[in-house]
Amino acid sequence: MRMWCGSRMARWAAASLAIAISASVAMTAEEPESKDAKSKAAAKDAKTGSEKSTSEKPTAEAKPAGKKREEFTTGSSDVLISFINEQIRQGWVDNEVEPSEAAGDGEWIRRVYLDIVGHVPPMEEIEKFLADKDKAKRSKLIDKLLDDPAYVRHWTTVWANLTIGQQAPREVSRKGMEKFLREAFTKNRPWNEVVIDIVSAEGNFEENGAVNYILAQMVMPDDGVQATAKTTRLFMGMQVQCTQCHNHPFNDWQQRQFWEFNNFFRQLTKRTVQKYDPKAGRNVLDYVELNRRDNVDDHVTYERRNGLIEAAYPRYFGQDADVAKKDKDGWDVNRREVLAKLMTEGEKPLVSLAMVNRMWSQFFGYGFTKPVDDLGPHNPASHPELLERLGAEFVKSRYDVKQLIRWICNSEAYNLTSQATKANEEKDNPAAGTTALFSHVYLKSMSAEQLYDSLIVATNAHKSGRSSWEQAEDKKRVWLRQFVTTFGTDEGDESTTFNGSIPQALMMMNGELVKDAISAQKGSFLNTILSETPQDKDRIRRLYLTTLGRNPNAKEQQMAAGVVRVPNDQKLAAYQDMFWALLNSNEFIFIH
Amino acid sequence: MNLVPNGMSRRHFMSHMAATAATIPAIQFMQHLQVHAETVKKNQKACILMWMGGGPPTIDIWDLKPGSKNGGEFKPITAAGTQISEHMPKTAAQFDVLNTVRSMSTREADHGRGRYFMHTAYVPNPTVVHPTFGSVVSHELGSKRKELEIPSFVSIGGDPGSPGFLGMGNAAFVVNTQGRIQNADTDGMDPNRFKNRLAMLGTIEDSFIASKRGEAPQAHKDVYKKAIDLMTSKQMEAFRIDKEDPKTIDRYTNAGAPAGMMGRGNNDFGRGLLMARRLVEAGVPFVEVGMGGWDLHANVFNTLKDRNLPAMDTAISALITDLKERSMIKDVVVVWMGEFGRTPRINQDVGRDHWAASWSVMIGGGNLKGGLGVGQTDSDGLTCESKPYLPGNIWATACHALGIPTTTVHTSKRGRPMKIANGEAPIAELIG
Repeated sequence: MRMWCGSRMARWAAASLAIAISASVAMTAEEPESKDAKSKAAAKDAKTGSEKSTSEKPTAEAKPAGKKREEFTTGSSDVLISFINEQIRQGWVDNEVEPSEAAGDGEWIRRVYLDIVGHVPPMEEIEKFLADKDKAKRSKLIDKLLDDPAYVRHWTTVWANLTIGQQAPREVSRKGMEKFLREAFTKNRPWNEVVIDIVSAEGNFEENGAVNYILAQMVMPDDGVQATAKTTRLFMGMQVQCTQCHNHPFNDWQQRQFWEFNNFFRQLTKRTVQKYDPKAGRNVLDYVELNRRDNVDDHVTYERRNGLIEAAYPRYFGQDADVAKKDKDGWDVNRREVLAKLMTEGEKPLVSLAMVNRMWSQFFGYGFTKPVDDLGPHNPASHPELLERLGAEFVKSRYDVKQLIRWICNSEAYNLTSQATKANEEKDNPAAGTTALFSHVYLKSMSAEQLYDSLIVATNAHKSGRSSWEQAEDKKRVWLRQFVTTFGTDEGDESTTFNGSIPQALMMMNGELVKDAISAQKGSFLNTILSETPQDKDRIRRLYLTTLGRNPNAKEQQMAAGVVRVPNDQKLAAYQDMFWALLNSNEFIFIH
Repeated sequence: MNLVPNGMSRRHFMSHMAATAATIPAIQFMQHLQVHAETVKKNQKACILMWMGGGPPTIDIWDLKPGSKNGGEFKPITAAGTQISEHMPKTAAQFDVLNTVRSMSTREADHGRGRYFMHTAYVPNPTVVHPTFGSVVSHELGSKRKELEIPSFVSIGGDPGSPGFLGMGNAAFVVNTQGRIQNADTDGMDPNRFKNRLAMLGTIEDSFIASKRGEAPQAHKDVYKKAIDLMTSKQMEAFRIDKEDPKTIDRYTNAGAPAGMMGRGNNDFGRGLLMARRLVEAGVPFVEVGMGGWDLHANVFNTLKDRNLPAMDTAISALITDLKERSMIKDVVVVWMGEFGRTPRINQDVGRDHWAASWSVMIGGGNLKGGLGVGQTDSDGLTCESKPYLPGNIWATACHALGIPTTTVHTSKRGRPMKIANGEAPIAELIG
């Protein structure tokens, strides 16, 4: 095991991934040769850091990109996309796999809708897109979706789940967290600023919704241990939770570093205010505030495995942080604010790499590391140069999240079909444990939220416009609750039965949601189709388009035609059955 | 409610369901159904895992340290040939068939990693997802029980983990202790209509499966098959603990005592174990029952004394008594564990933190020996003084009790051989 760690360590250094750490004292234990490797890598950084680098690359490196290189484009002219494509292609060459073909427009529009706005495309948008002859239509659609209000809703959901969990713990306001995130994604706020706000937030849990992130890590009195572990893991991609008790066997994180980080979270104090509810006849929660304690010790103490007690001062990768100051109101300075600034400083801080890696995995199903939130020498990235470059460019873009999504969605890899070929199915099968090479697109399961929103779109329910954002979200949340189990641990762990297991299948087959979706009430999708589309053939085609984003194949067409060849009074039931089968299919529930 | 009329064989019914030809007239279809009396198979091997979510302080439950600064507030009492906590008196009286293993050393002190390690016997590894042990048993025993129509791995309020490379067909069926399975019937739909729906679904699914998109599309179909099996099964009665004699329910849940603060204290764990006994009787080879509320970073002694231990003591002793009375104890192995133990040192909040270096699990029943305390820790509970054990040793012991050869090897999706229980040996003292 030690040997394994050692060789990985060298690879890590050579791959120059340790950017944020490289200059710091935290790595003082390194071997001299790995320092060499790092400075070489740093020199290389400087070279590839500029935008024109793609054209300057030696032709030997560009050559393996092969014949298809010029062929594929979404219509975007961003030079970074060529760099992404080259790097991904290099991985194919190195691992001797051939990419699959580009995805057809139907396959792709369904995917990009689900990934960017969190639901299947409306039928009329599919028809429009398929008919569109514009060569740049894919990049134009990406831009359009990034401006869609559903973009904000989808990413608010994703990040609310990541920060506070699907089921917010008690005394945590999901509404507050969502409000904060909604504003952030609406204004496309720079990600570093969002992280600073979340990590350093103070105040009322609905007025400053960002505090709910920390509140959700304070379910148990633990001296900020969970807040420390979650912050490093979620925002920096570093798993430190195991080092709390001892030196971690697998990575360089030392127990001391954990407690040095933890020092920044020692001013946390929560104020819970109740009010009398005359209806309930008892006190209920009014609001919660996250406040700062003054006069907190400058050091924290912890016990080493050998029983010795040690002190840890606020330090960031060996860099001492000055927390002895007062703020402008005469209070002790907010240590979390000091930490948040340190976290987001520099040319390629871990905050940037962690975000790039996570966003990549949101779209591809796999990041550059497995798991996505565990970057480090012990866990080398599959495409280190690409991760590093994207991290640097993300910073240069002023942490522009939409720009990051543009880069990802305009890449060749994202535009391939999800059908594997003989030339890539064996070697590029991350579900079976291979490194992800992105030679074809991997299947992802819809989240419960994506399913819910997709059913609304596929059944036209969104057009009725009868409920506000908050009402609609409340209704969705009640429905979502049936799947989630929480475990009441300090990590706020939860699990979901919306995971492709039997309860999900039962819900899809027999639950109210699908029953409603296929209902024949006035204004419903089926009702509209039956009254406005005269030919069975077209009706069937539209059912397929709205659910699967494609036309039925010959066999399906034949079967469907047989099913609906019934007396008029049984037509509706026949279409309901077909709709039911489409919504229950594997092809519907997977993003592909 | 149920798709299959009383007395009809569900499996026979399903063979028609599965037929893609949607043309058999309803009457002819009904005539094909045969009357088939369900026979409950007795004496089938099974495992009940009691999962203590959050990491139980085993130093206060199974391996007390009187006289040490780490010892805490509780005293040990005699339990057959060993000693356990004074707050577990009813369980102590049943200890002739139970054992503690007091020298667990498992190194993973994070909830997620510990949960994975204890459930699979493997440490987390980015290149493969190891199957949780319930899925292993489902794969080994469930597949051989042709008469079993409900899932062969049931998790009641637990956190079972993934079936990994053994596939979604061996995934846990997660239920709560109410015994009401949501959406488990078609609400009176004509079986012929449902059959038509399934036929159409089959066509769409098969074409997607054939399109070279990995294993997930086939797994989706497999899970649907299991779900449909279950919808039409009379064995679903096994989830209904309200079919039990109220006295029996009372014995497991000690009704009247205050329920746990976290909603799954006293009553829920007892109800879960009672459901587990019913499921095992119906032929389910692996049932996991979860009890939460163990992440005791603060106020450990009062919580244990007033809440967790009385509830657990009642439930476990009721299960063991019941299994003995029904002559099932020789066939049913019970395992009690959490992610890890808790620090011997008592922290400033009178709590104990995460600790994996030296802690205990409980195992018994099956054809294992009983009344033993295997292994030992030092007088302060900080280190193992005898041979340290891994989760693989526990699961290998369970394999032995279940009649699954410990030489069994599974193959991961990439063709890598994976030894059952990570190739560890059963604990010799227990299998004698």
